[in-house]
Amino acid sequence: MSGFFKSSIGRKVSMALSAFFLMFFLIIHLAVNITSIFSEAVFNEMSHFMGTNPLVQFALQPVLIFGVVFHFVMGFVLEIRNKKAQGIAYAKNNGAANSTWMSRNMIYSGLVILAFIGLHFIDFWFPEINYKYIAGNPEEPTRYFHELQEKFVPIWRVAAYVLSFILLGLHLAHGFTSAFQSMGITAGRKKTLKTIGIAYSIIIPLGFIIVALFHHLNHH
Amino acid sequence: MKLTLKIWRQKSANDKGNLVDYKVNDVSPDMSFLEMLDVLNQDLIDKNEEPIAFDHDCREGICGMCSMYINGRAHGPDRSITVCQLHMRSFKDGDTIYIEPWRAKAFPVIKDLIVDRSAFDRIQQAGGFISVNTSGNTQDANATLISKYAADTAMDAATCIGCGACVATCKNSSAMLFVGAKVSQYALLPQGQIEAAERVRNMVAQMDLEGFGNCTNTGACEVECPKGISLENIARMNRELMKANIN
Repeated sequence: MSGFFKSSIGRKVSMALSAFFLMFFLIIHLAVNITSIFSEAVFNEMSHFMGTNPLVQFALQPVLIFGVVFHFVMGFVLEIRNKKAQGIAYAKNNGAANSTWMSRNMIYSGLVILAFIGLHFIDFWFPEINYKYIAGNPEEPTRYFHELQEKFVPIWRVAAYVLSFILLGLHLAHGFTSAFQSMGITAGRKKTLKTIGIAYSIIIPLGFIIVALFHHLNHH
Repeated sequence: MKLTLKIWRQKSANDKGNLVDYKVNDVSPDMSFLEMLDVLNQDLIDKNEEPIAFDHDCREGICGMCSMYINGRAHGPDRSITVCQLHMRSFKDGDTIYIEPWRAKAFPVIKDLIVDRSAFDRIQQAGGFISVNTSGNTQDANATLISKYAADTAMDAATCIGCGACVATCKNSSAMLFVGAKVSQYALLPQGQIEAAERVRNMVAQMDLEGFGNCTNTGACEVECPKGISLENIARMNRELMKANIN
């Protein structure tokens, strides 16, 4: 089986499996974020649960970090190998005639998302880890909502979020059905799954954008 | 029609090569693209110049030899055709046309527009067959019943002519449409089942060894394939390889 994951197809399958996991995670993340629009109390409660539950903190969080790192590292490995497989570049190449922009530029949309995750870690994850585990501050179950509001005050950060999520949408527009195809699920080519893929790639990023814009416009 | 051609000229595999401009006059819209090149070559021969080397054989769309990337697309602008089926009516008077060989590390240029596609042969030799007794007492193929769906889908996969347009057009120089078609052709039929696991493992291993890139599902190969080989063949190959590794 280890030989399988060293093969070109095995690498594709591992990319798809990590993508499924990350796409599922995005739904959970958005579900929590969206509550901040409707109820400060519910958002605080859910954030507190996520931030303090040992299962989430010490089992799911490391798995998530592994999933993210794996998807990026494998993406780069595949990109380097694919670059090596190419010969001299064509003097004239009309890629738009047979494939979508999203499908040809996954590495670039992926790099923007990676930069965004960097910003997201600086904004939320590092301060959170520092607050809880390094500084050892006492639990304050009502702090999350205000921290969120403060983050979305500067327009540059909101703009960076919006741009990153547009790129995430483009990444997902190809990635969703591509993951199914890699797993050998030809249903990925059928209309229903394509429609779900397009809906997913619009709704998820749009949800995150709405949350960022909502807090920017409602808190100064 | 009067045309300007920018054609890749390369003396040998070790030569660096470059694009050279040629003017052709009196091109009839009814000529095939290869006939237009024949006219140009005759002109070059008359002038004591080296004619352009390009692969061609059947000139009826089934040999898959004409490995030309024309104006940025494998086999030129039209769909589901090879270069011999491309006609000059697809171009306009005064057009500039780029003619380049397939580009992929696994398909090195031999001369001008001719590339070495023996990597495909080695992939076929790694498993693209069924082991049957060919001594003359072969069982009648019709004795084994096959569903209409399986027969049709296997036939669709078998129409692959191994031209390499899939590799040439793929941004990753991946050969997965070709290998997917060859794996599918046998995987769909009962005669191919016996060696199915071994076949897919060996063919994929050879494909990787030849230095083809990895498929990222852009779907460009399916669009440019002259025989309309579907991406579903790649999905089937992926399933076959997973199955072969689980069993």
